[in-house]
Amino acid sequence: MRQLTFLFIGILFGITMYKSEAASWFRIYEMFQFNSFHMYGIIGSSLFLGVLMIQLIKRYKLKSAYGEPIVIPDKTKSFYRYAYGGIIFGLGWALAGACPGPIFTLIGAGFYPIIVVLVFAVLGTWVYGLIADKLPH
Amino acid sequence: MEWIYNPWPWYIGGPMIALIMFLLLYFGKNFGMSSNLRTLCTVCGAGKSSEFFNFDWKKQQWNLMVSAGAILGGAIAAHFLSSDSAVLINPATISKLQQLNINSAGSAYLPEELFSMQALSNPAVLLILSVGGFLVGFGARYAGGCTSGHAISGLSNLQLVSLYAVIGFFVGGLFMNHLVLPYLL
Repeated sequence: MRQLTFLFIGILFGITMYKSEAASWFRIYEMFQFNSFHMYGIIGSSLFLGVLMIQLIKRYKLKSAYGEPIVIPDKTKSFYRYAYGGIIFGLGWALAGACPGPIFTLIGAGFYPIIVVLVFAVLGTWVYGLIADKLPH
Repeated sequence: MEWIYNPWPWYIGGPMIALIMFLLLYFGKNFGMSSNLRTLCTVCGAGKSSEFFNFDWKKQQWNLMVSAGAILGGAIAAHFLSSDSAVLINPATISKLQQLNINSAGSAYLPEELFSMQALSNPAVLLILSVGGFLVGFGARYAGGCTSGHAISGLSNLQLVSLYAVIGFFVGGLFMNHLVLPYLL
């Protein structure tokens, strides 16, 4: 039953990615050209509500559906991994025009060449795992 | 109900993403799509090659369900909830892309020059898709998250390091978009 809940949330996410056009290569291209407010509006409005939501969750110590406290772990503090990793991710995001969420959505929407992107994204993750100890974090 | 068939404006898309983040928190999880790439490595047996993949992937099953849902959602949206899938980008972007031989700009959801089955026989396209994918996977894990993990949930939780990551996303993205992509297309 719990797994079905997550399937349902995923469906909602997939529909949102497709219908808001956040899964469109064109929208990502246009965002990096600063030619449209669309993507900034999507990220900005979800952030505005997100900050509000998390502040409220923390202030009122909201419990999850299973009665446990909602914990949002802090990210480990560092600079290099976020800066270098972020830049590498950005290069790929602008090139493939898709980040991990939309990759899944686009498979469902029937754009099968995106499977090449997925396979290589898994490969990239694997190579990171192999050489992670040697990289500056 | 007509609005649902049209492309959603940002002020629907953004709040929907916030709602999805809330639902995941409410069900005791944190929003992050690139973790699934690591889980897929582990499912494929990568635990033998590196400690990084040695974890109980069944604990991440919920996130694989989210991904499966994202695939289903994409199918539902494309086949049942869209009358016209053309992405109406700015005319200035369309003419810029046409100069780069992306003639499907303004009339398609994704560039046919990159995402059609015919395009796959072009080695340059294969290079763009494979290198793009590799960098997305490598970079997301190096940075400990992607757009959903850092730009949405990390920044919502006021994590300074997520700001470093998001600035990195844009540094890399702007460099690729303005200085490399024009020579690849």
